[in-house]
Amino acid sequence: MQELTENNVLQPAIPSSWDEATKPHKFCPGCGHGIILKCLGEAIDELGIKDKMVFGCDIGCSLLAWDFFDVDSVQTHHGRTTPVITGMKRANTDIIGVAYMGDGGGYAIGSQHLFNAAVRGERITILLCNNCNYGMTGGQMAPTTLPGMKTETTPYGRDVEQTGYPTKGPEMVAAVAPEGAYIARGTIANPRQLKGFIKKALQNQMEGNGISFVECLSSCPTNWRTNAKQTWEFVEKDMAEYFKVGELRTPQAKEG
Amino acid sequence: MEKVIKIAIAGEGGQGVQSIAEILAEAANEEGKNALYIPNFGVEQRGGVSIAFVQISDGQIGAPKFQKADILIPVSPRAVQRTTMYAGKDTIYIYDNSLIQEGEVNDNIVGIQYFDVTPPCPTSHHPNEDQPQEMIAGEPKTCSFSRPGPGVDPKDIPEVKKVLAIPANDIAKNEMHPRVFNIIILGAVIAATEVLPMDAIKQALESKLGDKFKKNPELREMNFKALERGYQLIKTAM
Amino acid sequence: MAEVSLKGEQRVFMTGNEVCAWAVVAAKADIMYGYPITPQNEIMHYWTRLAPKHGKRFLQTEDEISAGFTTLGGVMSGRKAFTATAGPGNVLMQESAGMAEMMRIPIVYIIQQRGGPSTATVIYAQQETTLTTFGGNGEGHRIVYSTASHQELFDYTIKAFNSAWTYRFPTFVLGDGYQAKMREPLTLYDPEEKGQKLVEPKAMLGDTDKPERESKHLRNTYNTEDELYEVVMKNQHDWDKMAKEVVEWDAKGCEDADVIFLTHGIVARAALTAYNQLRAQGKKVGYFRPITVRPFPGEQLKEACKNAKKLFVAESAYGQLMKLVQHEIFGSTIEIVPMLRPGVGITTEEIIEEYNKL
Repeated sequence: MQELTENNVLQPAIPSSWDEATKPHKFCPGCGHGIILKCLGEAIDELGIKDKMVFGCDIGCSLLAWDFFDVDSVQTHHGRTTPVITGMKRANTDIIGVAYMGDGGGYAIGSQHLFNAAVRGERITILLCNNCNYGMTGGQMAPTTLPGMKTETTPYGRDVEQTGYPTKGPEMVAAVAPEGAYIARGTIANPRQLKGFIKKALQNQMEGNGISFVECLSSCPTNWRTNAKQTWEFVEKDMAEYFKVGELRTPQAKEG
Repeated sequence: MEKVIKIAIAGEGGQGVQSIAEILAEAANEEGKNALYIPNFGVEQRGGVSIAFVQISDGQIGAPKFQKADILIPVSPRAVQRTTMYAGKDTIYIYDNSLIQEGEVNDNIVGIQYFDVTPPCPTSHHPNEDQPQEMIAGEPKTCSFSRPGPGVDPKDIPEVKKVLAIPANDIAKNEMHPRVFNIIILGAVIAATEVLPMDAIKQALESKLGDKFKKNPELREMNFKALERGYQLIKTAM
Repeated sequence: MAEVSLKGEQRVFMTGNEVCAWAVVAAKADIMYGYPITPQNEIMHYWTRLAPKHGKRFLQTEDEISAGFTTLGGVMSGRKAFTATAGPGNVLMQESAGMAEMMRIPIVYIIQQRGGPSTATVIYAQQETTLTTFGGNGEGHRIVYSTASHQELFDYTIKAFNSAWTYRFPTFVLGDGYQAKMREPLTLYDPEEKGQKLVEPKAMLGDTDKPERESKHLRNTYNTEDELYEVVMKNQHDWDKMAKEVVEWDAKGCEDADVIFLTHGIVARAALTAYNQLRAQGKKVGYFRPITVRPFPGEQLKEACKNAKKLFVAESAYGQLMKLVQHEIFGSTIEIVPMLRPGVGITTEEIIEEYNKL
């Protein structure tokens, strides 16, 4: 509630870090990306870091965000957003680097980069949109596809005997990242909480503590073939049951 | 060398243009003709408008795309604007002159791989059964979002051999069912090209939608009525 | 999916991706490893649907590097394994192709070319010709079939397995996004019913049917320059021998032609139609199409263009086919007329328009 009535002024509908010229945005109706990027936009506004930010996006639906913000942006290759932003940040530590990707870009083709960035404690903020499938390419299985879930490459349902269980990314990052990491999982079903996580993830980078990683449970009605009600049920019940929402690691409070 | 008939159909993502092109090509194939159908992708039409290229011949077919169409059918105002490069002096041109605005996918979207993608209707009870046509394997599914609009501006129509206007959208909405809009267009294409008998198309529709027809025989009647209507509209206009 | 039985001959009407899925079933492939990338996703979609019915296996790997190496593994354990990719995925697959070249592993890759470089477009190009024929840090010891129709996609995918397992070079079926997505008719068949022999796969390692076997030690590393020279030269020798048997091309009207249209893949269809139309008008044109772009039918091309004045090279890339041609006809004084359209389709009308400008 605090953010809403900060100065007794209603929050603006569009974050100023958003680029108005490229709105309405290009995501499908019912897509979760719009909500995640709204949270990110508000966080950028509140922290006043627009001019320092570099926003990197991956291939797939996250690519549609390449001209979303009024902020320096770069679209990279599939899975390579983490290393590109890592490279930028190490070369110019004044940058606030945000790597934005989907479940493939983080947990499949980009997993080696995510893992190693976590181990090294890269001072960047990684935001990952988890919607349990590869949306843009037509709905194939993703590392986060739920057991039994039908996708284009699991037409009979995901068989965990053959393909293992859905990847729990934040848990993996939390297990290997050194002290100073901020790791959380939010959901579009609770945007206020999600914005809080994203803001803390950015602050963690600003303070130079360690790696910041937020996974966002998101929706894809186009490929799930769900109506509005079914979409929300899937995010709020099915996904949340498997992927636990909350903060996994926060940096230790510094000695006084 | 046998003649190759070149047909280009264009419309918005939700109008089902690719479905009818596929039915047309399959019907031609069933009739023993050579057919080639390729869905859009053109540097010329920058996003949004969906174009289907169909070629039918008794002989060999060369490149999958062509410069000028023998029959050009843009079924939305934006498709009319975006397909002028396919209109030549020998082209027969069919467009929809209803006053309607089909939901348009935004221009210049960098990164989108399928322009026909829209989600299932958010309020439908059974989104998967809400589609009048089976999803073409590998092609995304569509939902139509249409509302009243200014219609086609006659100034946008290029110089062609013959122009035919049919109010398919109006007929679909007022007399039949909005979902059979593209089947009306299909009937029109048959009448204009005269390359296939009506029965061939009915057969192709039957094989494509047979399961749905069995579940709901009214669907068959509706589709065939729409076909006939589109056919008649062109026949009387020509 | 179409109802296909592969018994007898069946005429079908389907997309190129679906054709590939049926072709690998007809070739008796066992397992596919792959990763999504447009425009070849549907090969995986069809394969995963028919896999249980035909006793086939599948794994979607974490990326194309893994898909390439898991497929190498499948091949090494004596199964017909294959993978499919496009564009940036093809770039990643080159690492595994290099290992296949060095270790003579009969892997089959299906490539559906898209725009390049980098992400470019998901649509179409012929810009992976260089990558597919000479990608990797080696000498291009591989076989590449460039198809132009669905019938060829079917025939040559089956042939790719036979060529790979006979000569033991990585073999590529080089299609493109247009072929992947378009629908046209073809005849499916069971190759063995037609008297075509399918080469049996043999295990390189882990042949658990023969527990008494001697253990094998395979490597792709060498210690000295001379060692490496021997290995590469032996591979080159085998490759040259294979080239004579595998090379394929198509040529028409080159004997008395002034201008020869030289194209590969789907552009060859536009060129063939242009050839037919211009010949009907009495123009002295010729048509040459390499079906194997690796090994390239260089001798045959030199022979075909010895009386011609101009070699009209048309491709949806900026000189990738042209470079291969120039290498093969080195010493010839024929003028090369390039029609280079990277990432863009080429129609018959456009070829004729350019021809008329000559």
